[in-house]
Amino acid sequence: MSAARERVADIMQTDLNRPKIEMTRIVAWMTVCFLVVPILVVLPVSFTSKRYLSWPGSEWSLRHYEVLVGEGGWLNSIGDSLIVGTAAALLALTMGTLFAVGHWRLNNGVTRNLRLLLLLPMIVPPIVHAVAFYQAWAVIDLLDTYPGLILVHTMKALPFVVLSVSASLINLDPKLEQASRSLGATSRETLWFVLLPQVRPGMLAGAIFAFITSWDEIIVAIFITSREVYTLPKRIWDGIFDNVDPAIASLGTVMIVLTTIGLLLKERYEKAQKTKTGAV
Amino acid sequence: MPTLVETAPAVSGPSPSMFRKNGAYWFMVLLPAVFLATLYLAPVISVMVRSVTEPVLGLGNYAVILENRAIQNVLGKTFYICTVTTGLTLFFGYITAYAMSQVSPREQRWMFFLVILSFWISVLIRTFAWIAVLQPRGLLNEALIWLGLIDQPLRMVRNDFGVIVGMVHYMLPYAILPLFANMQTIDRSLVPAARALGASARRAFFTVFLPLSLPGLAGAAILVLIFSSGFYITPALLGGGKVVMVAEYISVQMSETLKWGLATSLATCLMLVVLALTIAMSRFMDVGSAGKSG
Repeated sequence: MSAARERVADIMQTDLNRPKIEMTRIVAWMTVCFLVVPILVVLPVSFTSKRYLSWPGSEWSLRHYEVLVGEGGWLNSIGDSLIVGTAAALLALTMGTLFAVGHWRLNNGVTRNLRLLLLLPMIVPPIVHAVAFYQAWAVIDLLDTYPGLILVHTMKALPFVVLSVSASLINLDPKLEQASRSLGATSRETLWFVLLPQVRPGMLAGAIFAFITSWDEIIVAIFITSREVYTLPKRIWDGIFDNVDPAIASLGTVMIVLTTIGLLLKERYEKAQKTKTGAV
Repeated sequence: MPTLVETAPAVSGPSPSMFRKNGAYWFMVLLPAVFLATLYLAPVISVMVRSVTEPVLGLGNYAVILENRAIQNVLGKTFYICTVTTGLTLFFGYITAYAMSQVSPREQRWMFFLVILSFWISVLIRTFAWIAVLQPRGLLNEALIWLGLIDQPLRMVRNDFGVIVGMVHYMLPYAILPLFANMQTIDRSLVPAARALGASARRAFFTVFLPLSLPGLAGAAILVLIFSSGFYITPALLGGGKVVMVAEYISVQMSETLKWGLATSLATCLMLVVLALTIAMSRFMDVGSAGKSG
């Protein structure tokens, strides 16, 4: 018996260093490089001194970064994306949190079906959204308006808020709330001191998801906005179509750097959370 | 066992008394539901309605979809690109997830970080990067010419190759992340146990590990199929009008030829296929775990 166990432990040890694993490891790293390296080419390309997309060679220049902050309208588009993204994230956060908490507390057949309705915008293909909102917004005069795009992005972001807030409630016993009430807390105090601290991490994650959903959304924006609302993805889209504008490389570089910083911060935050809960 | 608090009838259906007691919670649930029913469900349903009412009442648009050669070609192209994309994505995604579950924690963190990083970069920036790499005077062609491997630039965009490369690039994290999560749940001592009982490494993998990871593989396959079937950005930009998939075809019908009946009926078909796939997927994985959840 113990000999067999020893054998298993032995193989578990040596298996890690077997050539088979080496082969899959090589393919895996090649796949990871395939994912990352092409994205990284925008970094050097963004420093080209030429008007068109090219390797910088010996002459490096910041001209395509100057375009970003110049008269080309990139800053306006960043502003539009910030406005739409912030409004959509706040709306989605409010409604998604309300729903997640309500569903967690009631959890019956009706709310389970409603939950499927709220998750629907995550599954329906974006081009179907584009067709749907293009004709619906034409009827109620919301085409090319901030409220029009904000509403669409709110609906597209709702599933992510519902999911992340629900996830933070999953291990919370609904009786906790009754316990709080029976110990004399009012329903408002219960909400504020018992529920909210539990769902706050889920709300934060949901709000970030919601904002990024809006910040990246392009397909519906192509169809329901034109001049009044001109978000960043739409300007990138037009820039690629018109002349493969190298300014997009400099913008991409900024976004890659910001994403990397964001992910590093997230990792550090999670590590801190882990040691905090580990210490208790 | 005596409890401090009364137990709520938590999982039964709603009743009038319960509604009165939980009025605030019902309000919390119904407000977003009504919002979505009026501003989301109504527009989506009106797409389906228009598909059978324009230009005339009936199933004429669907008959056109079944007969028209051009549409058949678009659907065939969509099916072909989706199948190849899903196959390649699963093959490389599975190997990557498998290696990630086997390597040291340190190496695993690195791989995970890089996969997540590519996942979070906007699809537009990624497609732009691929254009910079693959176009006739792009970096890859220049490098190959500089190395003397080719004389004439290779055609790598505005064809199936470019579209598939871009789509596999987009879909890979969607396969790697759920596959990796699924593999984490497989008991790590099973394969060594099979080896200890005399199975070769190959046999242990194919008879023990692979069957255990099949539900994750099926879930990932359907997830990738769902995303690729309605994909618009990458085919439109890397296909450059030469490779038209169904989403781009719908957009052309809607904005250029103004054939709304055709656009809405194709959109309806696409939606029904995706919903059917989602129901199939829900058998293998929690639908809620899909989407950008890294």
